[in-house]
Amino acid sequence: MTPAPANRIPSHPTYAPLQPRPGHAALMIADAGGAVALAQLLAQAPDLRATARILLVAADVPPDLPAVTPVPGTEALEAAIAGALQGARMGLQAYLAGSQGLIGQAQALLLAQGMAPGAIQMQQCGGPARRMQCVHCKTIAPDVVIDPYRCPGCGRWLYVRDHFSRRLGAFQGVCIDAETPGLVPEPTEIAP
Amino acid sequence: MTLSFSQSRFRDDYSFANSDAAIRRFPFPFDRDSYMYSVNMEPHRAAGPEDSVFQRRFDVDEHYLSEMADRAITLQRDPMRCQSLPHMRLAGWDLLELIMTAKAEDYPDLFALQRDGACWRWINRPMGIDDRFTFLDDATLPCGPMEYITRQTQGDFALLDQRQGNLWMDAGMITSQADWSLDFDIGMNFFEWHAPVPRAAQMGIFQRALKFLLNVQQGAPSRRLNWTMTVNPRLDTSPETYPEWGPEKRSLTPENVGQRQFLRVELQSFWRLPRSNGLAFPIRCYLCALEDLVTVPKWGRRLHRVLRDLPEDLATYKGFAVNRPLIVDYLSRFDDGAPTSPGIFPD
Repeated sequence: MTPAPANRIPSHPTYAPLQPRPGHAALMIADAGGAVALAQLLAQAPDLRATARILLVAADVPPDLPAVTPVPGTEALEAAIAGALQGARMGLQAYLAGSQGLIGQAQALLLAQGMAPGAIQMQQCGGPARRMQCVHCKTIAPDVVIDPYRCPGCGRWLYVRDHFSRRLGAFQGVCIDAETPGLVPEPTEIAP
Repeated sequence: MTLSFSQSRFRDDYSFANSDAAIRRFPFPFDRDSYMYSVNMEPHRAAGPEDSVFQRRFDVDEHYLSEMADRAITLQRDPMRCQSLPHMRLAGWDLLELIMTAKAEDYPDLFALQRDGACWRWINRPMGIDDRFTFLDDATLPCGPMEYITRQTQGDFALLDQRQGNLWMDAGMITSQADWSLDFDIGMNFFEWHAPVPRAAQMGIFQRALKFLLNVQQGAPSRRLNWTMTVNPRLDTSPETYPEWGPEKRSLTPENVGQRQFLRVELQSFWRLPRSNGLAFPIRCYLCALEDLVTVPKWGRRLHRVLRDLPEDLATYKGFAVNRPLIVDYLSRFDDGAPTSPGIFPD
């Protein structure tokens, strides 16, 4: 875990490594990259295995994880989370591990279901890809790795802001050539 | 004061114009010849000349009907400019009560509120509204209480929930914003929604402002002025519509800068709400063209000095760095170097 750059703005999320916490139950959500972090967490706190329920998104199920529900892709995550929260009680702890896009989306869905922000931990695994929302047409682009990027909804070239919405689980993309139509700089890779 | 309401547009042909009286009462935001962030709060009570914008709790001016028409257009195009998270319903009723009682008391010739228990009758004469409804009963209004009253009140409105020692932007009617998105920021706390502002966090501005705002008491509202620059008299400078107004920012020339460059001032006020314990945060926008501002000699001199000396990061954040040379060059013609008097009002 590298410390967050000092120039990050306050709405930019920081993702600490997952820490075991006491709780009646644990809901864990990960993608292929995050599954390793869950395995490490469960090795560190074997007691969690008894109450953990794992939603594994678009990944082969590793043999060392208990109670895994495979989720084919992020588009199926909302229904999977709603199902996993059926009958959930106070004290549930959520552990999210994976790409920024996955954990941002999962956090947004959990908050929308009424979970308290303090009961959700997140660990980012993998590259710098960001989940972006186009501020103009509101289309979400799940894994943006270049800046500027082309909005899959409206086709505008958007620059990648650091401003982040927990509710949307996304950073903000804004038209880069609004003042000078057609003048789009060469895209570069997003820094981690 | 007898108001006559203009019929002008804040888009398309930009027929908006201030009368001489509106120019004189413009809330010029600089009380000295330089600008830097500060927690510039003061009690929101009557101040200044008799017709000053600070005389009444929710100022109604000659642009009232034009601004409400512009809001209706923006909402029709993008209904998400008005949003309220479910727990903010009560704060919406608080706001409705606050505005209706204040306007009926401050402008009895324009507004009337009759209350018989929970049965209320609201009369808005300029807009031709005469409605009866049951206070705190959403079903008796055509839309939510916040939307209902803010479709009839100039200025943007944010409703802030107070919890966990913070303020949360959990509802709002935002159609005349200086380039921020309610749809993106809704649900954020005070530090998060201010995150893009350069420099101020390091100066401790937000910590001090939040501490102040958490302690605003009922019946003791506060206010401050904020400002930015806008090309053309456009209320809807939202990020959503940036592709529409962005090109206009590059259309300034030495010949048209006085006419088309506007100083945009926000009269922000802060009100504790009695039932929800939320905070109402009206952000009232006033626009004035440079060529009109400089008809007040003190303002011409001062605005030249402020904009000339403003740090570059603030000019960039406020979105006029690209036009600053043009603007400063224009304003320099109205600055003879004479000293200016303290305070914001004309001499």
